[in-house]
Amino acid sequence: MSEEREMITGIEVPIYLKYHFTAGEATARFLSQVRQGKLVGQRCPSCNNVYLPPRGSCAACGVATTEEVEVADKCTVESFTIVYIPIPGNPIQPPYVIANLIPDGANISFIHLLSECDNDTVHRGQRVQAVWKPQEEWDYAMDNIRYFKPLDEPDVPSESIGKVPVTGWEV
Amino acid sequence: MSQPELLSQDFELGFTYTRSTGPVVGRFLTDLRDRIIVGIKGSDGKVYVPPMEYDPVTAEELSEFVEVGQSGEVVSWCWVKEPRDSHPSAVPFAWALIKLDGADVPMVHVLRASAESEVSTGMRVTARWAEETRGFITDIDGFVAAGDES
Repeated sequence: MSEEREMITGIEVPIYLKYHFTAGEATARFLSQVRQGKLVGQRCPSCNNVYLPPRGSCAACGVATTEEVEVADKCTVESFTIVYIPIPGNPIQPPYVIANLIPDGANISFIHLLSECDNDTVHRGQRVQAVWKPQEEWDYAMDNIRYFKPLDEPDVPSESIGKVPVTGWEV
Repeated sequence: MSQPELLSQDFELGFTYTRSTGPVVGRFLTDLRDRIIVGIKGSDGKVYVPPMEYDPVTAEELSEFVEVGQSGEVVSWCWVKEPRDSHPSAVPFAWALIKLDGADVPMVHVLRASAESEVSTGMRVTARWAEETRGFITDIDGFVAAGDES
């Protein structure tokens, strides 16, 4: 053995999982409309909740959802986390805010990035709005929205989060 | 509601792990880089290859490294007719359990052969080293029938 060469102390063992993803009917309809700059969810015929993104069924009632409902690009922060640790391959520089957002007119949240905000004062109930990419860059993807930024509107009280009508939040 | 567009695309999820190798696996890999295969002696006197960090019987830390031979016997094998992209061979090959001379347990590695009919349990095989070694299990490019290693 050669003494002068360094001992191996670590190895890189990446695992790559390669998928071919086919969107189902509900997701395909949703993404086709995101490409047009619209956020379109589906309403449950049983409990009337509006889901965005739609999954084609209501998990609570176990029934198919077909009625399409366009919701607003204004949202309420349901919860959030501040990310301090860089993730390999992620171009966003920490610290940044990832939030569960409920659009006006919908009843469940989706996850997106918050920016143009003061990380230390982001809070539940905060009002935010989508900042879209230029239309010529729109694709079948939620990152047509670059991020959400705070709106100068009063907070939604805790009990009303997820119940804001599509017309917006009126105090 | 009109028929939706059919949307599909490739998607890759990567787990970019790095693993600390510690004094035992690190030693094994370091020696592979020097084209040497080592095992470790357990409390039962058996030589385990690749070396393990803790005794399988007493759970004590192990440290007595033993160099083993670069040839051995095929204990079991499985022919891969249609290798996938992530396999270590683009052409059909065998995964084999190989008990190296001086070892008491077999080690899994690639067995390269031109046809399934050339592989058999009990056959003698020899390690063929990669052109460049870097301290990784693939420093052994694969095993080949004894006499075919050049």
